[in-house]
Amino acid sequence: MNSDNPIWALISTFGLMSLFAVGGAAAAVPEMHRVAVEMHHWMTDKQFADAYAIAQLSPGPNVLIVTLIGYAVAGIPGALAATLAMCLPTALVAYYVSRLLNRPSQSRWPGLIQAALVPLSIGLMAASALILAQSTDRTIAALLLTATVAVLASVSRINPLWLLLAGGLFGFAGIV
Amino acid sequence: MSPDSAPAAQEPDIAAAHARPPGLLALFLAFARMSLAGFGGVLVFARHAIVDQHRWMTADEFNETFALCHFLPGPNIVNLSMVFGARLRGIAGGVAAFTGLLLPPTGIMTVLAIIYARFGDVEVLRRSLAGISCAAVGLLIAVVFRMMTPLLKRMDVVVIVLMLGVFVAIGVLRLPLQAVLLVAIPVSIGVRYLMRRKVAA
Repeated sequence: MNSDNPIWALISTFGLMSLFAVGGAAAAVPEMHRVAVEMHHWMTDKQFADAYAIAQLSPGPNVLIVTLIGYAVAGIPGALAATLAMCLPTALVAYYVSRLLNRPSQSRWPGLIQAALVPLSIGLMAASALILAQSTDRTIAALLLTATVAVLASVSRINPLWLLLAGGLFGFAGIV
Repeated sequence: MSPDSAPAAQEPDIAAAHARPPGLLALFLAFARMSLAGFGGVLVFARHAIVDQHRWMTADEFNETFALCHFLPGPNIVNLSMVFGARLRGIAGGVAAFTGLLLPPTGIMTVLAIIYARFGDVEVLRRSLAGISCAAVGLLIAVVFRMMTPLLKRMDVVVIVLMLGVFVAIGVLRLPLQAVLLVAIPVSIGVRYLMRRKVAA
């Protein structure tokens, strides 16, 4: 009932946001920025940018930027509340929808719809890659690094972790 | 008295299993592992583990499952863990994969949040992070390319045009996502419906 309780604010904010976040975590980032920085003043602009970078670069799904926002608002309970609010409701929705679509039936619509979504999904991912590349690859060296990693990871079965570590070394050395 | 209460042989639901479905612990561990390896996004590692390493799904099945999770609201890969786990092992499998995916990195992220609150402004750290993100974008491009190959191999012009259309609309023109999907989804479903009818005829 107490609307000033920060945990409740986190749960209602992210629970609601997740239900409208079609297209994944990357698509929800602008909305998170609007809510966390401009609306609630939970973080400064710079803190938000740092949280985004940390979420990108840490293991785990990128959506876990909400863990960092939750921590900034209300410590460890806030981190847990924000993470669960963002992840659990939609995972349950996905579970029920997928069960509905895969129920054995005569209808060919479920298969047809799923197949129709594939090219759109890949197009969207390619768009995210382009948008992210535009924000990270500000120099020629950075662009070359991204292109090299893209080619290496496409043609070989090298563990992606090594490529990321190499990127970190180039950054550490001040090359990119 | 009567011996005819022997357990009826249960017909397994899943017809085309490619490898034996893993147990709950194996699911939890597999998702924990891909999650912890997943710097800059888990999709790369999830596809590698599910399709290439364990052969729990074919490349096309993975694309379809991922596409479904992509278009449902919420973080895709989290949705994928629940849907994928549930497909192999029911709701318990879904929960095992979901927890495996989220529990370890949430712990790490919380520790990082504490560290950041103390040492957020160290320059060397910042530079290294920038280099890692360049590489992470490269990885994302590579996984998009790999997911594209089954489509390109089929040389299906309509499908490729749809894919390029979404890419240009969102990535280049920066049109709002909802508007693009509102047009693209019905068009894609309609096109596919007509194509199936033509094949059937």
